Amino acid sequence: MLKESEIHNRSKLYRKILLIRKFEERLLELFKEGVLFGTTHTCIGQEASAVSVMEHLKDGDLVVSNHRCHGHYLARTNDSVGLLAEIMGKKEGPCQGRGGSQHLCKNGFYSNGVQGNIFPVAAGMAHAEKLKCTGNIVVVFIGDGTFGEGVLYETLNLVSLWNVPLLTIVENNRYAQSTSIKNNFAGSFSSRISGFNISFGEVESNDVEELSSRFFDIIESVRNGARPHVEVIHTYRLGPHSTTEYGRSLEEVEGWKKRDPLKMLEHRLMKNEVNEIRQLVKNELQNAEEKVKQF
Amino acid sequence: MRYVESLNDALHTLMQEDETVLVLGQDIVDPYGGAFKVTKGLSTNFPGRVMATPISEAGITGFATGLAMNGFKPVLEIMFGDFISLCADQIINGASKYHWMYGEQFKVPLVIRTPMGGYAGFGPTHSQSLESLFLGVPGINIVAPSSYHNPGELLRAAILEMGLPTLFIENKVLYPEQLKTVDRTGRIGNFFFERINKSNKSCSTVSLKVEKEEKADITLISYGGVTLLAVEAALNLIIEEEIKVEILIPSIIKPIPIRDFLESVKESGRVVIVEEGVRTGGYGAEVASEISERVFDYLEKPIFRVGAKDFPIPSSKELERSFLPNQSDIESAIKGLL
Repeated sequence: MLKESEIHNRSKLYRKILLIRKFEERLLELFKEGVLFGTTHTCIGQEASAVSVMEHLKDGDLVVSNHRCHGHYLARTNDSVGLLAEIMGKKEGPCQGRGGSQHLCKNGFYSNGVQGNIFPVAAGMAHAEKLKCTGNIVVVFIGDGTFGEGVLYETLNLVSLWNVPLLTIVENNRYAQSTSIKNNFAGSFSSRISGFNISFGEVESNDVEELSSRFFDIIESVRNGARPHVEVIHTYRLGPHSTTEYGRSLEEVEGWKKRDPLKMLEHRLMKNEVNEIRQLVKNELQNAEEKVKQF
Repeated sequence: MRYVESLNDALHTLMQEDETVLVLGQDIVDPYGGAFKVTKGLSTNFPGRVMATPISEAGITGFATGLAMNGFKPVLEIMFGDFISLCADQIINGASKYHWMYGEQFKVPLVIRTPMGGYAGFGPTHSQSLESLFLGVPGINIVAPSSYHNPGELLRAAILEMGLPTLFIENKVLYPEQLKTVDRTGRIGNFFFERINKSNKSCSTVSLKVEKEEKADITLISYGGVTLLAVEAALNLIIEEEIKVEILIPSIIKPIPIRDFLESVKESGRVVIVEEGVRTGGYGAEVASEISERVFDYLEKPIFRVGAKDFPIPSSKELERSFLPNQSDIESAIKGLL
């Protein structure tokens, strides 16, 4: 039997994943309707990492993300109004519409669209927390594609050398835009990271509950040990890289749909609970959209 | 006091006064104290706040940016200005954008110090003046003290007052130079010294003029290490040809303190701009068009630029001398406008 608190937590996790999923599905619709200007990158199918990590962060911890940042932002801030306003270029967005989809910043959350560019910045922020003796850590999300960037390795060297409390989450969705990891990645994540004497783990999972318990321990160890850690989550992007799909086989995508993090959790909840949360999220997003349209 | 001592003193004083000032760079700790000794003594006096870094210019630029976004005032030394290309992505797609792009939520008080300049035989990859590459990057300042300024005061202003990422361009040839001091008659050598600060209060442009009240025949605008040659050229021309040059030496390269130049330009109607970097796409090109847009009707002649030739800087002493701007290039440019 699950404890009541665990059931409560499960519905909380579900609400968060659903919020991200529905938010991004709506974004793609708005894009098709021509309401959105520019481009956008959704994390459909790989939301479990964002939600499971944020569960265990404290208020003062910082989160740094990349071009595919909506899920991280929503999981951390819950600010669907701000995110939509920013993506729609409204001055009420957290960055006044200047940053847009890939460049978000609010209350210790930062993202930048250039691969690897913000990785050393995250390391510097984490070092600042260490110098200030706050006990806060910095979590930075990167992807498999970022492993082609040299500055990543410069920074891994720095954080190991200087004992920087930086937790790096690698979301390996197996594609760098349209290029399969098979065609752009030599060696392995573990051997690349262990060369820097940085603790390392990897897991293939879209199960937010499994990931959540895993990250509870990892985050505590980075915080208490004041050492960096790199954790790779092997996952899959069910949606397109940005707004259009490129040549992945239908069979491959369908196979991964069976491991959709949203569906996995849904099966573990009571039907009435699921319906209730769906209605809540629907209302929240409708309200957000109406509010933003009035800006 | 020498140029290098002024910078070193300023860093010691700042680290004493403000514990959020941190210094990072390659080979900067004692006993070595940095390739050009600007950081000498800092690691001894302020252990834990001076970080000797690996040779990872991009990584440490980003790292310093993160420190600047999270409560500190990092001063990063890049050993040779040529290596600024390795920092470029961090500056262009990172540090320069975080203030404005994120909706002005915080400042980024990052200072990147680096020596540019040739005339020392260091060859194609250790002699360049690359700062003009960054003129078109919004969101940063570029400061370049000459020995007619107080480099330490400028560094202080960059660290404490500017609030935006600042490229602080030093010059290898200037490090051992004595800073110029104004005598009781208000002169430095043969020139009357004046500060013009129409554009910026704390970091004024220097004016050097032979006759204080008379209008000059030519306005010469120059900055950094090459000002030494510009002053020599101007001195030679007054002695040999009685040509009166007003030399304007800005300390701020970006944003261009254009208002500091206009009065002199309107008086003389003739302008030569001297820079050590290549002419093409350079500082002179930018200043010339700014002047033309504002006071074209006052110009008697086209604005002329003196700069390095469009080639890599050669290592050989003779070749280097002919590829970088020299005193006779400057004198010919001036005479060509009269």
